[in-house]
Amino acid sequence: MASSAAVPFWRAAGMTYITYSNICANLVRKCLKEPFKAESMNREKVHFSLSKWADGKPEKPGFFFTLLPV
Amino acid sequence: MLRQASRLISRSVTAASSKSVTARAFSTELPSTIDSTFVESWKKVAPNMDPPQTPSSFMKPRPSTASSIPTKLTVNFVLPYASELSGKEVDMVIIPATTGQMGVLPGHVPTIAELKPGIMSVHEGTDIKKYFVSSGFAFLHANSVADIIAVEAVPLENIDASQVQKGLAEFTQKLASASTDLEKAEAQIGVEVHSAMNAALSG
Repeated sequence: MASSAAVPFWRAAGMTYITYSNICANLVRKCLKEPFKAESMNREKVHFSLSKWADGKPEKPGFFFTLLPV
Repeated sequence: MLRQASRLISRSVTAASSKSVTARAFSTELPSTIDSTFVESWKKVAPNMDPPQTPSSFMKPRPSTASSIPTKLTVNFVLPYASELSGKEVDMVIIPATTGQMGVLPGHVPTIAELKPGIMSVHEGTDIKKYFVSSGFAFLHANSVADIIAVEAVPLENIDASQVQKGLAEFTQKLASASTDLEKAEAQIGVEVHSAMNAALSG
């Protein structure tokens, strides 16, 4: 079977559309002027809480951390 | 993104179809009436149970396409965190599709367009509002409604030109020194987005 129609360069490199789209959005956000940049970084913050499990029971809820966009 | 997909799949061919390109039936189109042979064989097997409903029986019929082209385009422009324009009636919208800047007028052929980083402009009389869109999709429907979704869209005034120049230089350099496919792709994306912002600010 011949390969299908020309794929975008990011798809050829193994990236999915969502990853591509998020990278584009992050690059645009990084180039904003000041109050807007801070607002968007604030808006895009993701809070994580990680807890490891052992023997079917959660251990002490490990560490809380916040992930800012790349 | 596929909000309208279920409606599109179950639409029935209308009598006024000769005018509209979109009234051609899909080969996978579901019949609008209930399948009587299925209902009969169901009743033989399970006479006390109602035959199952199909998703199409729960849906409202698709709004019929107006026979004359409306004078205004209705635009819904949404971002993940805000609804920029909701049901706004405008004269024209120019969207940055991957195939080039596409002008959308009322009565545009139904299209699904993938957007590339670029300027989207909304024209209302003499008023033109421009946004820089990072990427997204535009769904143009037969009834002159345009649904545009973007991950990030900012008015041009909010972009900092010096940061754009810095970013462009940085990514051009990264592209030259990239080794793996993935690094090359990321650097390429950086170059594209920054060049688009540069062009948007200067053009």
